[in-house]
Amino acid sequence: MNALVIGLNHNTADIEVREKFAFNGSKLDEGLKAFKELSVVEEGIILSTCNRVELYANVSDVDKAILDIKGFLSSFHNIPLESLNRALYIYTDKEAVRHIFRVASSLDSMIVGEPQILGQVKDAFELALQKKTTGVLLNKLMKKAISVAKRVRTETKIAENAVSISFAAVELAKKIFTDLSKKVFMLLGAGEMAELAAKHLITSGVKEVLVSNRTYERACELAKELKGKAVRFDDFINEMVRTDIVICSTGAPTYILTKSQMHKVMRERRQRQVFIIDISVPRNIDPEINDLENVYLYNIDDLQGVVDANIFERKKEAEKAEKIVDEEVEKFIKWQESLDSVPTIVALREKAEEIKKEELERLLNKLNNLSNEEKEAIECMASAIINKLIHPPTAALKNSSEDKEVLVAVIRRLYGLEDEKKR
Amino acid sequence: MDIILFELALTFYFAATIFSITEFFKSSKITSRLIVILTIFGFLLHTSCIIYRYVVGGHIPITNPHEASSFFAWCIVLLFFFLEFRYKIALLSSFILPIIFLLMLSSSLLPREIKPLTPVLKSYWLGIHTLFAFLGNAAFAMSFGIGMMYLIQEHYVKSKKLTGLFDRLPSIQTLDEMNYRLITIGFPLLTLAIISGALWAQTAWGSYWNWDPREVWSLITWLIYAIILHARLVSGWRGRKAALLSIIGFLTILIAFFGIKLLKKGLHVFL
Repeated sequence: MNALVIGLNHNTADIEVREKFAFNGSKLDEGLKAFKELSVVEEGIILSTCNRVELYANVSDVDKAILDIKGFLSSFHNIPLESLNRALYIYTDKEAVRHIFRVASSLDSMIVGEPQILGQVKDAFELALQKKTTGVLLNKLMKKAISVAKRVRTETKIAENAVSISFAAVELAKKIFTDLSKKVFMLLGAGEMAELAAKHLITSGVKEVLVSNRTYERACELAKELKGKAVRFDDFINEMVRTDIVICSTGAPTYILTKSQMHKVMRERRQRQVFIIDISVPRNIDPEINDLENVYLYNIDDLQGVVDANIFERKKEAEKAEKIVDEEVEKFIKWQESLDSVPTIVALREKAEEIKKEELERLLNKLNNLSNEEKEAIECMASAIINKLIHPPTAALKNSSEDKEVLVAVIRRLYGLEDEKKR
Repeated sequence: MDIILFELALTFYFAATIFSITEFFKSSKITSRLIVILTIFGFLLHTSCIIYRYVVGGHIPITNPHEASSFFAWCIVLLFFFLEFRYKIALLSSFILPIIFLLMLSSSLLPREIKPLTPVLKSYWLGIHTLFAFLGNAAFAMSFGIGMMYLIQEHYVKSKKLTGLFDRLPSIQTLDEMNYRLITIGFPLLTLAIISGALWAQTAWGSYWNWDPREVWSLITWLIYAIILHARLVSGWRGRKAALLSIIGFLTILIAFFGIKLLKKGLHVFL
């Protein structure tokens, strides 16, 4: 039973690479299924966000698992292994646990402390539960990761300064426009992060809010929520003529706005400045649009630069958070060690022997007149009973390799071994 | 007397310029206050100097290169105060004060004696023509500074490296619109200067237009600003190109102003 993390994030891979690796939409279900079907993978979870693609697994043969999972990534996404190796990081056991805790706590995020990642971790876990791709180890690990993240959030100020994509976007908008309250804002698509950024921008006060989505009903819903106007997806380019700020995050696999379209829009809007934030991965707005005059296009990587200035302040809080993570990792590793079968077998035997001893003493105290032979016979019988009783669970623990963690957990629970240890 | 006033004004402008440069690299409340206060003192002394020369000479003191440079600087300071107090544009002083100081410095290097007017200049056109020209040029000098600020801020946002002055410079839109507004002030003034100049030339030399270098360069300047305004009105042309052109426009003004002086040719030699 070994925890394994294989993945890539904004530090190891550019947006172009992450785009290729992303498990978005139906690819996620498909990918998770294929991942779990690998013979080396006993449990599996896939976390795929704009900034990271990570595969969490419980494996027995680590070296083989790493090779097989890399092979799986390469064949699933049709990317040669060499380019893969450059971007991937691999963590095992304790380091894997630490990494997952850090990711959930937003310590590994591009913008440290940003709150979206926890939701994304929860979603990834939920999907895995739904598809039944997890078991004892990952279930416990993910539940723990979520609770660690909550602990970090309440005990440190890491998420307090509203430092996120949204914060960065508003700051930038103020450096492009004189007065946001005279500007028209359009939300394109409905990603969670886009919605958050939109809300932040709207709170800073914009003149008008437009919402467009491929499904018009969803646009209407969101428009209602954001007190804006829904725009049909076919119409959004026309509306760009009067829109000053755009946040885009649709699930589209290609560009929904090309340079020539934008060129035309700019002509019609008499070259008034436009600020476009494309936080979709893969990108939805042709990056070359940034070459047009008076158009300022930022993608998710670009926003990194915007928050650099604030990073120092957050680092202090992050240090506190790292300590919490360290603590929790130690606890988790202890729990994991307890799942090993040998100590469980020993504990089971000890418990049985203890019961035998106690009961014998009580009995022998009551029956004073027994001969030594009779005493021995009674002792023999007691031993035979406990041996016969603990033989099947012991044998099961020794032999089974497949459900070992489950068995260990069940046996510990049923025989009260957990409590024994705590005492 | 006027020399003392001038030197004192120059000293205050110099001090203000030094602080405006330190402000450029590291902002502080004290320096930004000091810049304004020093400039105010400089301006008061400068104004007294101009008034003194007006009283002594009996005419508006812009009839030799020393006076012209000095008066040009004075107009820019006036406009600087207007923008500084009306719009509070951060870092504006760092871009404008060096121009003012350089103009004053070049003025200080030129001969300063107050000479009697040549007969051809003795006309009410002198005041009208030069006032239009200098105020217009001051507006263009301002748009030059704002244009530089625009290019810097725009570069930060476009290249996505939000360091350095990014935090302190005003927004792109503010700078762009300010630049446009200054040109809409400068352009009519320059037009009036050219028209009044032509009328004056007609009365003085009997022809409206003599193709002397100053006239030609003024025409070039006028065309450059006309292009900026026309393109903006017709197709909303703005941003980088407008900022670049406003910088080029001011450079042609400087050529017209100093370059021709060095050539010592043409009808405007007295300036």
